[in-house]
Amino acid sequence: MRRHHILAATVAVLAIGGASVAEAGPTLDAIKAKGFVQCGANTGLAGFGGPDESGNWSGFDVDYCRAVAAAIFGDGNAVKFTPLTAKERFTALQSGEVDLLARNTTWTMSRDTSLGLNFVGVSYYDGQGFMVKKGLGVSSALELSGATVCVQTGTTTELNLADYFRANGMELNAVVFEKSDETVAAYDQGRCDAFTTDASGLYAERVKLANPDDHIVLPEIISKEPLGPVVRQGDDEWLNIVMWTHFALINAEELGVTQGNVADMMATSQNPDVQRLLGTEAEGEGFGPMMGLGKDWAANAIKAVGNYGEVFERNVGANTPLQIARGLNALWKKGGLQYAPPIR
Amino acid sequence: MSDATATVRTERHPDLPPPATTVGVLGWLRTNLFSSWLNTALTLLGLYLLWLIVPPLLDWAVFSATITGEDRTACEPNPGACWVFIKVQFWQFIYGFYPPDQTWRVNLTFLLFVAGVAPVLIERIPGKKWALFYLLFAFPVIAYVLFVGGVFGLPLVETALWGGLSLTLVVSIIGIVASLPLGILLALGRRSKMPILRMLSVVFIEAWRGVPLISVLFMASVMLPLFLPEGVNFDKLLRALIGVALFSAAYMAEVVRGGLQAVPRGQYEAAAALGLSYWKTMGLIVLPQALKIVIPGIVNTFIGLFKDTTLVAIIGLFDLLGRVHTATTNAAWLGMSTEGYVFAGAVFWVFCFGMSRYSIRLERKLGAGQRRR
Repeated sequence: MRRHHILAATVAVLAIGGASVAEAGPTLDAIKAKGFVQCGANTGLAGFGGPDESGNWSGFDVDYCRAVAAAIFGDGNAVKFTPLTAKERFTALQSGEVDLLARNTTWTMSRDTSLGLNFVGVSYYDGQGFMVKKGLGVSSALELSGATVCVQTGTTTELNLADYFRANGMELNAVVFEKSDETVAAYDQGRCDAFTTDASGLYAERVKLANPDDHIVLPEIISKEPLGPVVRQGDDEWLNIVMWTHFALINAEELGVTQGNVADMMATSQNPDVQRLLGTEAEGEGFGPMMGLGKDWAANAIKAVGNYGEVFERNVGANTPLQIARGLNALWKKGGLQYAPPIR
Repeated sequence: MSDATATVRTERHPDLPPPATTVGVLGWLRTNLFSSWLNTALTLLGLYLLWLIVPPLLDWAVFSATITGEDRTACEPNPGACWVFIKVQFWQFIYGFYPPDQTWRVNLTFLLFVAGVAPVLIERIPGKKWALFYLLFAFPVIAYVLFVGGVFGLPLVETALWGGLSLTLVVSIIGIVASLPLGILLALGRRSKMPILRMLSVVFIEAWRGVPLISVLFMASVMLPLFLPEGVNFDKLLRALIGVALFSAAYMAEVVRGGLQAVPRGQYEAAAALGLSYWKTMGLIVLPQALKIVIPGIVNTFIGLFKDTTLVAIIGLFDLLGRVHTATTNAAWLGMSTEGYVFAGAVFWVFCFGMSRYSIRLERKLGAGQRRR
């Protein structure tokens, strides 16, 4: 299966006492046996994942872990977090240290095909954007010809920037820096007209500026960075559970089911779509049992974290310090890209 | 002839005070700060730099700083440091995610450690042998039980929840305690007359000294799990601890070897003449002298190790620095990195400075017999 298996076999012979061997079998059985989901999280990314002042994990990606835990156990706290750095994350998933990786990971072909991983879906459409001072009077990235742009060197960000300006026949004056903090500081001191990095990062950096309200993020997104949860390849049942939990959150927003009204909806809603989502339809076994979960799996996930829109607004939305607009992450009905297959 | 009278002094003229420019504050200034035009220029330059740096720093850290309040809105009116950030997360920085109702276990462990270390380090307190015995054999077991729990009705606290300053101390103390005996053994092995033992020691020392600590930690956290069969997992902290201990043992071995080589040959020969065995020669005659010589080197390695523990942050363990860094990425506290790093730096400085002062004292105390000529 994987090339290290020969080595693994050799080492297994020497396997040192004290190492614990997880139960063989599908991921879900193992999770049910241990009683919690082991989730790989970010070591700290504003709004997306990290511990708060009292050590509780919160964030957009973290809520995905909680939703999956709630779908399985009916309890959004039946989850343990393993903080992972960018370099460790795939190993941790491959080696079984975590069951689910929800750590702002970009879905690319090479990662999906060669690492023994499966991407579940796109929970957040990110991409490179620009921030400028309001006083500059610019409302589109296409007006930036001849502008000086602060960018961190040695990143794909720098390459995307050059590509974008060349493709649109614009003149680029890039001012490059080694560290992201330096880049932001230079922009703040007025050394460049614009600053570019991933859009979610732009919002986080804006909070650090001297006068955050004097800066705007331009609407153009010049690269694709689809972020989503990742699972190990080879356990389709587990892949389905995470994938459909993701879809359930999106469908819930579309159907108007929220954390606040989910209990009422379960009791009163006559909408067949809502009934199927919440497992209250009269006939049939329900949809959760098809994946080895309870009938009220989606209802539990929504009770724990709310629908997709609520997760977004609570962690990164307009009322948080980040103030990220829905943009591409709006529902398909509202001009965004978030679209979930129906539950039926 | 004039009738000038000759005066003959019968008593000594009282000493005149030395010139005002050579004594007191003025004299000190003259000799130390303004003795030549070059020194004068440097002094003025230094004063200018101090004037540039100190007032804004004091203003930022003290006069315009905020210490009252519970969140960042309290800091907004003031341009200076926002110490509220440190205040609110202080216990996180100390204990990490250790459950708040269990932190007494961490405190008790460190109290027990201090109680064991004090007699060893401070001369006036008696009972060195017992303390050493306790530190080497009883304390590790007690500390493990207290920290990890899971027995005697103590709830289990996984290592994933350890963090902050307590994790930094755990990693560095275990590293220090494990590396000294290991290092001594390796140094003896490297000086041994048995070829295989010597070769193994040389290979071990050179292999570990030849790689950066970062790659050791990466190997432990990223590569090792790939070599193990699926589902077999070592605790991440344990992997890091073993890596740190072996790494610093290699350095310690070279420091100790320096001491061993500095002990005059006559000492070995005298011991042999007395008919002492190898271990007695080493334990009673050579090592006490060798270790005394290399105290600065040993403490240097300890201090380096203490600071190197911050590298565990790159494998996702939240030591003090890592926890502070994570706190600065919290959406509610973005932009507080200066305060956070200043705080972490201050804590590290206190510990390292403490170690270095203690080593100076120790050198003075032990140095009497060693001072040559």
